Amino acid sequence: MIEINNISKWYGDFKVLTDINEVIHSGQTVVICGPSGSGKSTLLRCVNGLEPYQQGEIVVDGISLSDPKTDLYKLRQKIGMVFQRFELYPHMPVLSNITLAPMKALGKSRQEAEKKAMELLERVGIPEKAGEYPANLSGGQQQRVAIARSLAMEPDYMMFDEPTSALDPEMINEVLDVMIDLVKEGMTMIVVTHEMGFAREVADEIIFMDEGRIIERGTDEEFFTNPKIERTKDFLSKILV
Amino acid sequence: MFDAVTRNLMYLMGGFGVTLQLTCFALAGGIVLGMLVGLGRISRNKWVYYPVTLYVNLIRNIPLILVIFWFYFVMPIIAGRPLNPFTSAVISFIIFEATYFGEIFRAGYQSISKDQINAAYSTGLTYSQTARYILIPIAFRRMLPSLITQSIITFQDTSLAFVIGLQEFVRRTSIVDNLEVRSIQLFGFVAVVFFIFCFIGSRISLYFEEKGRKTGIL
Repeated sequence: MIEINNISKWYGDFKVLTDINEVIHSGQTVVICGPSGSGKSTLLRCVNGLEPYQQGEIVVDGISLSDPKTDLYKLRQKIGMVFQRFELYPHMPVLSNITLAPMKALGKSRQEAEKKAMELLERVGIPEKAGEYPANLSGGQQQRVAIARSLAMEPDYMMFDEPTSALDPEMINEVLDVMIDLVKEGMTMIVVTHEMGFAREVADEIIFMDEGRIIERGTDEEFFTNPKIERTKDFLSKILV
Repeated sequence: MFDAVTRNLMYLMGGFGVTLQLTCFALAGGIVLGMLVGLGRISRNKWVYYPVTLYVNLIRNIPLILVIFWFYFVMPIIAGRPLNPFTSAVISFIIFEATYFGEIFRAGYQSISKDQINAAYSTGLTYSQTARYILIPIAFRRMLPSLITQSIITFQDTSLAFVIGLQEFVRRTSIVDNLEVRSIQLFGFVAVVFFIFCFIGSRISLYFEEKGRKTGIL
């Protein structure tokens, strides 16, 4: 369970997050949407300790991130993260991209890590790309490798930061399909996305953020068909065409 | 045709040896100091950033020959004794080249996106693992062509140590020329030697650049 209690964050004088409250239970999928600059990505980065926050508390499985005794490196092993621009390691073949962290952070043997990596590549549908460098893969393939890289750590949570917004339209579905499979397998996920079809299909809760605040939240249908706040209506009408 | 060169070959090559030595010292010192200068240039500590930036801007806007002169004439006043031309040249080159290498390192460090590092962190890698397996290898591959190019420039620059009487390749050629009066032949020979080394170096740089582009690192 991830508990976000009253988080506020500033960049200098600029307040990027204001009083964020949210609880994500095991097995749930929460979708966050909102205009750019609304603090969605920053919130994700706070949840796995990549960005500090100045007020409030985030607790993951009973462990507080603001506790100075918390080993953030250890905590991050439990929380996989997928980025908009994939962020694969360009100097390593696909297989090494996936095996690096299990070998170095978990101390797995190469053999064990590679076996697991091949299973994951199988699962995301591109086992034949194991020996290729990231530059030789399409965007959709790179993003699937990035998902496999995160899953190799056998995380309890997965966070996605606009995983399809850097992709050509015809590649979006191959990535969303992998994500939908994850949801079906019971993964706990926080997904920042504007893919409202995906949100409708799998989200247990949808959060709408604007200017660093959660201004509306809902459980799928009611959120789409009957948003209560004008700002949400306006935003949805623009992305739902 | 090459009589003046062959007659004095050993003496000339001795000078070339000095040139190579000077290049090696200048590169070793310049690159090590350059790494630190690069870090200083991205430092958030203003007591580090401003002095280093001042140093870089000052030196990069002065002709190398003045740095060599200045150092050779001023250091004895500060140190209280004259420095030999070789030591003086090595130190001037390190001070000068470190500013250029420093800017290459700065660009290399800055070329790695914050999210690339975040991606490594989010898989549970520690800071030192991220630096060792991700940051440094990528930065180094990106910088390699520029590092080689700057090394070639340093190699060519060493001939400026001529002006403080260091008996490197060009100085010795000039001494031979005073006796033999075969300027075209002698300085032609020097040019050919420099050309061969630099051309090979630039091809190596190009090779790494193309390799980097193919693998999507550049």
